[in-house]
Amino acid sequence: MPVSDIFRPLAILALVALTAMLVSVSVGSADLGPGDTLSVLTGGGSELHRTLILDLRLPRTLSAFATGGLLAMAGALMQVLLRNPLADPYVLGLSGGAAVGALLAMLAGAAGFLISGSAFAGAMLATLLVFGLAHGSGSWTPSRLLLTGVVVAAGWGAMITLILAMSPASRLPGMLYWLMGDLSHAGQSWPGLTVLVVVCLLVFPLGRSLNVLARGSLQAAALGVSVRSLEWLIYLLASLLTATAVTMAGAVGFVGLVVPHMLRLALGNDQRMILPACALAGGALLVLADTLARVVIAPEQLPVGVITALIGVPTFLYLLYRSR
Amino acid sequence: MTTLTTDNLIIEIPGRAPGSPLNLEVKPGQVWGVLGPNGVGKTTLLHTLAGLRAPRSGGVLLDGRALESLKRKAVSQRLGLVFQDRQDGFPATVLETALIGRHPWLSSWQMESGEDIAIAERALQALDVGHLRDRLVSTLSGGERQRVAIATLMTQAPDIWLLDEPSNHLDLHHQVAVMRLLCEQAEAGRAVFMCLHDLNLAARWCDHLLLMFPSGEACWGPAREMLVPSALESLYNQTLVTVEADGAPVFVPVRS
Repeated sequence: MPVSDIFRPLAILALVALTAMLVSVSVGSADLGPGDTLSVLTGGGSELHRTLILDLRLPRTLSAFATGGLLAMAGALMQVLLRNPLADPYVLGLSGGAAVGALLAMLAGAAGFLISGSAFAGAMLATLLVFGLAHGSGSWTPSRLLLTGVVVAAGWGAMITLILAMSPASRLPGMLYWLMGDLSHAGQSWPGLTVLVVVCLLVFPLGRSLNVLARGSLQAAALGVSVRSLEWLIYLLASLLTATAVTMAGAVGFVGLVVPHMLRLALGNDQRMILPACALAGGALLVLADTLARVVIAPEQLPVGVITALIGVPTFLYLLYRSR
Repeated sequence: MTTLTTDNLIIEIPGRAPGSPLNLEVKPGQVWGVLGPNGVGKTTLLHTLAGLRAPRSGGVLLDGRALESLKRKAVSQRLGLVFQDRQDGFPATVLETALIGRHPWLSSWQMESGEDIAIAERALQALDVGHLRDRLVSTLSGGERQRVAIATLMTQAPDIWLLDEPSNHLDLHHQVAVMRLLCEQAEAGRAVFMCLHDLNLAARWCDHLLLMFPSGEACWGPAREMLVPSALESLYNQTLVTVEADGAPVFVPVRS
């Protein structure tokens, strides 16, 4: 594939993402015109506008972008790893582990960083657990990994229900918002953005190997790919991406499944294009979804996961219906 | 050009007696056929020769160097394999599929160049699937997919071609076309080593044969010496009638 064929769609998606972010920082309890927004971003604007945009809205917008990009890329990697287009970042139970970590922290009365840290620890524990169990006696196939992940996820699900049942009613709303995915406590965006950029750069040279791996592990090995180490690497990368996203925003659903699919329908299945495109499109989608989540029933806020599903489901079904 | 040899190779089939160790020497210019009944280990042998599966004992050597001491990428530049089964979980066009054959020849940061695309297109033309280049592989017939798979190997352009049942799904004309192409590749200095179900295709096109018996025994050598009716009858546990047609022996199973 010529380089220009890759860069044109990416340039368009970058433009879309940038527009989405501009809209997101302009819209809210006090609407700013595009002129006001631009003057603030270029260093001017009134004191009030500067506080509103730079301190309140921009961090949240960047967090939304990072979360969406991380989840979409993780989904695309999981789909190649499992050779299964129905895989999403949570299919191996990673969000369950993170949720149990976060809910336990909330139950203990912790807040802020302790919840995030506990969620990250739970996500990594879930990753190691599934990989260790599936790896067990040597050979692991995608179907074995998938089945292990699904069963472990069911176990996490039961623990989540147990924690919810034991929790005092006053803590339940916060817990439910976390489970549905919510950006209002996202905190710093730079760890997420850093992970996103670093992984993007890391996977680009792996792109063609991933294309070959998508044809099956034997075919990939026959074409010179070291399958085992590549599979380890993409499992760890996808887990890191997902854990970072879940730590920032809770278990936002749907982005990781739908964005890679939409892009494959439109752009084909060359991972060198799909993976960076996922980072941009997933980010843009979540930025828009979070903007809606802030304004639809303002001053109340919806969990962003509700919006991603409400936008994503009809769009995806329409694309699927139109495709061959 | 590369020679593939096996050193007292015994393939790993669980629960099977070791049988006779294989000491094959597959040289440039030769066309080998592997014959044997279902389940005798033909596919396992091909996977072992390609280094995708560990043998029970013995080893595989490329130009005298042990396969496992070479880098996977270096092996895949010299040795390629057409599989019997293929996975296509994700949609891909015919041209994209053939182009993955260039993978061993490109570095991580390199994109496929115009020259790589030209190589893939020539291979697709040679297998009479050039007109399908933009079709999705999942929409092709079994025979067309088989030819795309062989075109992918041709795009890979290794010295040693391993093929698992290359005549599967092919109509009569394309069977002959593929066999002719494989013989041309051998004449150009490559080595071809393929499993075949069809005894008569093997008798017609192969210059060397390996017979694999259910007991684990095996014998190999020039095709003329191997095409002994009594040996073939015990190979397939089937009585055969031999006739001569178009300069080659033809084996026909008796009806009763």
